[in-house]
Amino acid sequence: MPRLILALIAGALFGLGLTISQMINPAKVLGFLDFAGNWDPSLAFVLASAVAVAAAGFALARRRSAPLLDSRFVVPSKTHLDGRLLTVAVLFGIGWGLIGYCPGPALASLSVGGLGSGIFVIAMLVGMFGFVVLDRRLTRTSNRR
Amino acid sequence: MQHFTPVAATLGGTLIGLSAAILWLGDGRIAGISGIVGPIAGGTGSRSEWTWRLAFLLGLIAAPRIYELAAGRAPRILLSSDPLLLVVAGLLVGFGARLGGGCTSGHGVCGLARLSPRSITATVLFTASAALTVFLTRHHFGI
Repeated sequence: MPRLILALIAGALFGLGLTISQMINPAKVLGFLDFAGNWDPSLAFVLASAVAVAAAGFALARRRSAPLLDSRFVVPSKTHLDGRLLTVAVLFGIGWGLIGYCPGPALASLSVGGLGSGIFVIAMLVGMFGFVVLDRRLTRTSNRR
Repeated sequence: MQHFTPVAATLGGTLIGLSAAILWLGDGRIAGISGIVGPIAGGTGSRSEWTWRLAFLLGLIAAPRIYELAAGRAPRILLSSDPLLLVVAGLLVGFGARLGGGCTSGHGVCGLARLSPRSITATVLFTASAALTVFLTRHHFGI
């Protein structure tokens, strides 16, 4: 139960951060991405302050062998760079630049964004499901070899 | 009308960083949105991992309403109303975030904070790609 409350609070803080910084508004995000237009540097300030505070948290955690409420830190497993990451980051960027939504703001906007948010999120979830299908197929192919 | 808002941006960013910090310190989990919602969309992962993820998403989705109650006005959202564009962008973002192992929060916030070379590369690449997309759509094709 404490883990669930922590996750709920973390989610709410994340969503409030997106709302207060207006990153929940795609027009604001596109204003940052539009370097050739009337450029709005706000997103860089959001990212810089978020990274600074998160880095302090990660630094504090390095002194501990386990988090407060669980037995271990679940460290992201992949650390190497590969061609797949590079291609896919470009695809993700195209999607982000077309509308101005990435997964966090899109989900947070569900409660206030109307039909457009809903359409985007459903397509995004379908895209995520598509990854699972592709991943299974790739695993099966490599197992067969 | 809507332009550079450094104070709100820094305050909001601080809250996002705080969220990532407490989730890592408290639960040892990365606050990467696509890593949180992806397994739910794909029907993968264990039940114990699903419960905290759903709790996080509940907080995330409720937050703009909490803001509305506190501030007395709804957050402004200016979103394209072209359904085809929304679907194509959504598919690319969802598929790309999962196949690339993260999105703006996982790679961008947590990955940069952990100085992960993989995340730094991903963040630079997808931001450049998004900026190029905006350049082409706004200044060449007029979408």
